[in-house]
Amino acid sequence: MANLLEVEELRKSYGSLVVTDSVSLSVGEGEALGVIGPNGAGKTTLFSLITGATRPDAGRVRLDGRDITGVGAAGRCIAGVCRSHQIPQPFEKLTVFENLLVGACFGRAMSEAEATDHCAGVLELTGLIAKANRPGGSLTLLDRKRLELARALATQPRLLLLDEIAGGLTEGECESLIGTIAAIRAGGTTIVWIEHIVHALLAVVGRLVVLNFGRKIAEGNAHAVMDLPEVREIYLGSPV
Amino acid sequence: MSTVSTHPSAQSSTARYLVRTRTRLSAVAGGAGLLAVLVLALLPLTASRGLLQDLFYLFTMLALAQCWNLLAGFAGLVSVGQQAYVGLGAYLLFALCLWVGLSPLLAIPLAGLLCAVIAVPSAFIVFRLRGPYFAIGTWVLAEVFRLLLAQLRSLGGGTGMSLPREVTNEAGFVAWTAELLHVRAPVARDIASYWLALGLAVLTILLIYRLLRSRPGLALAAIRDNQGAALSVGVDAFRIKLWVYLAVAFVTGMTGALVYLQKARISPDAAFSVLDWTANVLFIVVIGGIGTIEGPIVGVIIFYLLQSQLAGLGSWYLLLLGLIAIAVMRLFPAGLWGSLAGRFDLHLFPIRRQLVLRVGSLENGPATGPSSHKNPGGNDD
Ligand SMILES: Nc1ncnc2c1ncn2[C@@H]1O[C@H](COP(=O)(O)OP(=O)(O)OP(=O)(O)O)[C@@H](O)[C@H]1O
Ligand SMILES: [Mg+2]
Repeated sequence: MANLLEVEELRKSYGSLVVTDSVSLSVGEGEALGVIGPNGAGKTTLFSLITGATRPDAGRVRLDGRDITGVGAAGRCIAGVCRSHQIPQPFEKLTVFENLLVGACFGRAMSEAEATDHCAGVLELTGLIAKANRPGGSLTLLDRKRLELARALATQPRLLLLDEIAGGLTEGECESLIGTIAAIRAGGTTIVWIEHIVHALLAVVGRLVVLNFGRKIAEGNAHAVMDLPEVREIYLGSPV
Repeated sequence: MSTVSTHPSAQSSTARYLVRTRTRLSAVAGGAGLLAVLVLALLPLTASRGLLQDLFYLFTMLALAQCWNLLAGFAGLVSVGQQAYVGLGAYLLFALCLWVGLSPLLAIPLAGLLCAVIAVPSAFIVFRLRGPYFAIGTWVLAEVFRLLLAQLRSLGGGTGMSLPREVTNEAGFVAWTAELLHVRAPVARDIASYWLALGLAVLTILLIYRLLRSRPGLALAAIRDNQGAALSVGVDAFRIKLWVYLAVAFVTGMTGALVYLQKARISPDAAFSVLDWTANVLFIVVIGGIGTIEGPIVGVIIFYLLQSQLAGLGSWYLLLLGLIAIAVMRLFPAGLWGSLAGRFDLHLFPIRRQLVLRVGSLENGPATGPSSHKNPGGNDD
């Protein structure tokens, strides 16, 4: 399996706080990788470094073998990397449909005509179609999270980065989200998923990376990683 | 949901949905607008010269206001230095007519084009500045242009110069107007300028509306709502802002050229006046409603009425204008039109794209969610 994403010795610090400490990892084409770690471990920051929202102090990011460390956030999306935001960032005055249209028109360079049915399809997939014409800012938190996923999907990413999208869902909603993500992966999209709801994560990903204090402390087969004593310590009390 | 395929566009049969932006209100407004433009175009047949000169000023201010509104209200580029392009456009017109011998009708668009060219290196400088520094930077740049042109002795230096009559009154289109309407040259010149200004204002509005309804407009709205998120889905914010800045320089430059063709007398202090070409324009946009196309139209009418009623007050007039602006900003932060549009959901130039099912009625389709009680017609303020 060729690597789609390669992260090499990424470093980022805010003042004296090292948030990403020489993290290296690779994700194979078509793979689903889970990222776990306690609050403040640097998971979201890692996503920001991969998408170009944040500049690293050192290290490289490669997509499909191509060094994209110097490419800006918009350019990386066009190259095929798109994320959902942990704290939803909808375009508040645009409608839900228009939120997706932005992704399809600029992330994937579709014409508006091509994008219309594509976006409507994504809205159906993510359960937002009934709210297509509502302003993004009028959605509830749960729907805003769905919108994050939907807008990222509208760009037809090769690499989809999901940041805690299962929190707050009911059991049934969580099941259907797992189904959606599994289907996205089955379609060939490579996925990296940060998630605290571990059982949801394990239903989709085969491999896990564990971050703590900005460092990668474990990596490997998902179930094996969950059994490691240092990981159990972090997740003490949470259902595995 | 687990059975759904990954490529939603492939699984939904082709073209099940369509997008609608027009509303009944916008269709009516479009018809009324067309009628208004027609009436205004025929006005020179009956109106007095004074009224035509007043309306000329109103139309040029409207074009400038629409430009500044696009720049500040839609692209978030709050420039207070647009007088740079009014002045440059005006001086370029003088240079092209006097030195190159171009007809004014040709010189106006060429002056606009050259303004857009000069805007490229200018953007390179001011785009490095953020927030208030951007505003200050644009103003400083305008001052630099003013000081440079004041050095140009062949264009009148610091005291300025006039356009000779063979340029203003004997240009081809003035003669054509004189013949068409059987009027003397000075009258024909006023009428021709009036038509040009009307055309410029109408074209500016139509172009901006078209821009906002197409992909660049979508990008601008996304950037306005959340620049970080816009970047994350592939919107090149820098590029789109640059294009807006250049396009606005083009139209602002043409407007400056037209204004000074009609004035036929130029000086650096007048052509680069921050009061005339930026403060007044800001007033128009802010009281009308920033971030809407209707706002500057409402604003320019109010501005014109105030000016014609209060012009006798001398410098008190400016003070009063300032007080009115402050009062409107306090009472109606979205401007007069903006507040009205917000309350009654009025959008004469709708931009919002409504997704509707091709088969089945809108009411049964996805368009009406339980809480979409308002009929969404546009998306701006
Ligand atoms: N822009 C910033 N400036 C300063 N500190 C920051 C900034 N962004 C993140 N941090 C800090 O970096 C650390 C890692 O943050 P990050 O959001 O990456 O953690 P996380 O693993 O995603 O946590 P959570 O599980 O709570 O989402 C935190 O201590 C946070 O306070
Ligand atoms: Mg996080």
